[in-house]
Amino acid sequence: MNAPRTLFEKVWDAHQVVAQSAEHPAILYIDLHLIHEVTSPQAFAELRARDLKVRRPERTLATLDHSTPTLPANAQGQRPYVTPAAEAQVHTLETNCAEFGITLHGWDSDARGIVHVMGPELGATQPGMTIVCGDSHTATHGAFGALAFGIGTTEVGHVLATQCLLQSKPKTFAIHVDGQLRPGVSAKDLILHIIGQIGVDGGTGHVLEYRGQAIRALSMEERMTVCNMSIEAGARAGLIAPDETTLAWLKGRPMAPTGDAWDKAVAQWQTLASDPGAVYDREVHVDAGAVRPTVSYGTHPGMVTAIGEHLPEAVDDSQRDALAYMHFQPGQAIAGTRVDVVFVGSCTNGRLSDLRAAAAVLRGRQVARGVRMLVVPGSEAVRRDAEAEGLHQVFLDAGAEWRQPGCSMCIAMNGDIGQAGQLVVSTSNRNFQGRQGKGVRTVLASPATAAASAVAGRVADPTDYLTEVAA
Amino acid sequence: MKPVKQLTSRTAVLAVDNIDTDRIIPARFLTTTSRSGLGEHAFQDWRYREDGTPDPAFVLNRPEAQGCSILVAGHNFGCGSSREHAPWALLDAGIAAVISSEIADIFRNNALKNGLLAIVVDAAAHRWLLDNPGTELVIDVAAGTIATMDGQTFHFDLDPFARHCLLEGVDPLGFIQQHDEAIHAFENHREKTRQYA
Repeated sequence: MNAPRTLFEKVWDAHQVVAQSAEHPAILYIDLHLIHEVTSPQAFAELRARDLKVRRPERTLATLDHSTPTLPANAQGQRPYVTPAAEAQVHTLETNCAEFGITLHGWDSDARGIVHVMGPELGATQPGMTIVCGDSHTATHGAFGALAFGIGTTEVGHVLATQCLLQSKPKTFAIHVDGQLRPGVSAKDLILHIIGQIGVDGGTGHVLEYRGQAIRALSMEERMTVCNMSIEAGARAGLIAPDETTLAWLKGRPMAPTGDAWDKAVAQWQTLASDPGAVYDREVHVDAGAVRPTVSYGTHPGMVTAIGEHLPEAVDDSQRDALAYMHFQPGQAIAGTRVDVVFVGSCTNGRLSDLRAAAAVLRGRQVARGVRMLVVPGSEAVRRDAEAEGLHQVFLDAGAEWRQPGCSMCIAMNGDIGQAGQLVVSTSNRNFQGRQGKGVRTVLASPATAAASAVAGRVADPTDYLTEVAA
Repeated sequence: MKPVKQLTSRTAVLAVDNIDTDRIIPARFLTTTSRSGLGEHAFQDWRYREDGTPDPAFVLNRPEAQGCSILVAGHNFGCGSSREHAPWALLDAGIAAVISSEIADIFRNNALKNGLLAIVVDAAAHRWLLDNPGTELVIDVAAGTIATMDGQTFHFDLDPFARHCLLEGVDPLGFIQQHDEAIHAFENHREKTRQYA
């Protein structure tokens, strides 16, 4: 009888080409390599310099998302790139994919989207896989029980050339989320709450596994929101064991197995869950019922508060600096703070259910005067589905801007950017200083909180708005 | 990559916790397709004033920090994104080592692959280094030690393989390529058994 293993250990063991030893890390096989325009050009340059090919182009999937404008092309087909460098970067990926035989979901693809929205939509992301991308939010794919993590550009080159990666085995960390989320509390509130509990570096050196009743109750899109932000607690990855919810979501996706292959895949996927008695290096329990609509107040994603509560009295230098940057006073209420910009989108919260949550608050209401609101779907598929449901009309009627898919204001390198001093309520994942523009003050929030704040013109608890809609 | 065996330099101290990769190199500079030239933008929004002139209040702009190639930083340095532009920018700006009590996983990986020493020391050593800016240190990669001029020695752990790559100046890609046969065997086995997990 083998020792009980965790989900992570099962995926790790199944992908070791060469086991870790005292002298070297493991060589890990990579099932799926996602690439985009920002972190790949120097890797392709390295391949050329060494006269290497892409070993498994069919295991590599490319998209354009970070540097891409979210405003449409003009009548001549010219896109409003923020700089010639951004345009050149996009063209570089187009050229590299053509030369090395990689499928690119570029401007002409109806599947193009933020890399972590597109992969799952295509069914490219599957349970038990190893998935990497030159992007720290690759942890998103862990929602399917895949071991998925971000890598640097040198490692992108390694994977392109060998389909493998040198990796030291991380430790395991179980996050048990017990009980049920209260009505109106979202997956984003939950993950912000969890990061607040374990800290911005609480997961360093670890792979998280989210477990428990409240996790099982989440939809796939909600699970992706949770896993997406694992890196914001410093973790390498965050996983959730596949179950019926996972299978229902995957079945029929373009790259998912079909027929007998589907049945065989399901049988294998069903063996992935952590065995009873499996031992984790660390474990914490989180009480789902205690989670309230939550926002960040500081300059990293571990500085969070329930919207209804007062900010901490600054106790250390970090908090003092953060509050000063945010123009907040220790002990003040965050609800009621004036808002300049609201951003709904990103690989954290740019999926259809996120847009529905924002639209539920905005329907029949107006974005407050003086507030600019951008709604950016995570992919072309999300855009099509949202438009088919008329969500775009809800946003436009409310006075928000309805944009084309991309990372947009989450990383703010495509021209979608705030101005110094502005307060942005954002459904993205990072509130670092300058993340959304120099001097911009970011408050991370759920789509419902973002929409409620747009209507109020102030940081607002969405619960009141949702109750009215229900009534 | 050039071998990195020993480094002797005075320190510059940035005693701020959780210095993230957006602060090290803001995203607007990531549209480059090159590895070089990022040094002038390292810590851009911290380092320069509105008019583009260096902010004299920023540690690395002070006269005593000039020529320092060891950066001692607060806890959890390099948290955030996977952008390798962060170590590229630091190296290009003349930083050859970062010492902290904790360094984020991806940044640390990226740094070591580029010959930037990413060194984690214990809390006591970290405290001493934070409290003694400008001190001269000798970092010995093979021994895993940091020696101070007043005779103290701090120890640090380094993954043995990363240490080997630093000392020999080799890229880990070569190591993976040496196992090409094992990779082929792994792929053949997986394809034969049609594994999905």
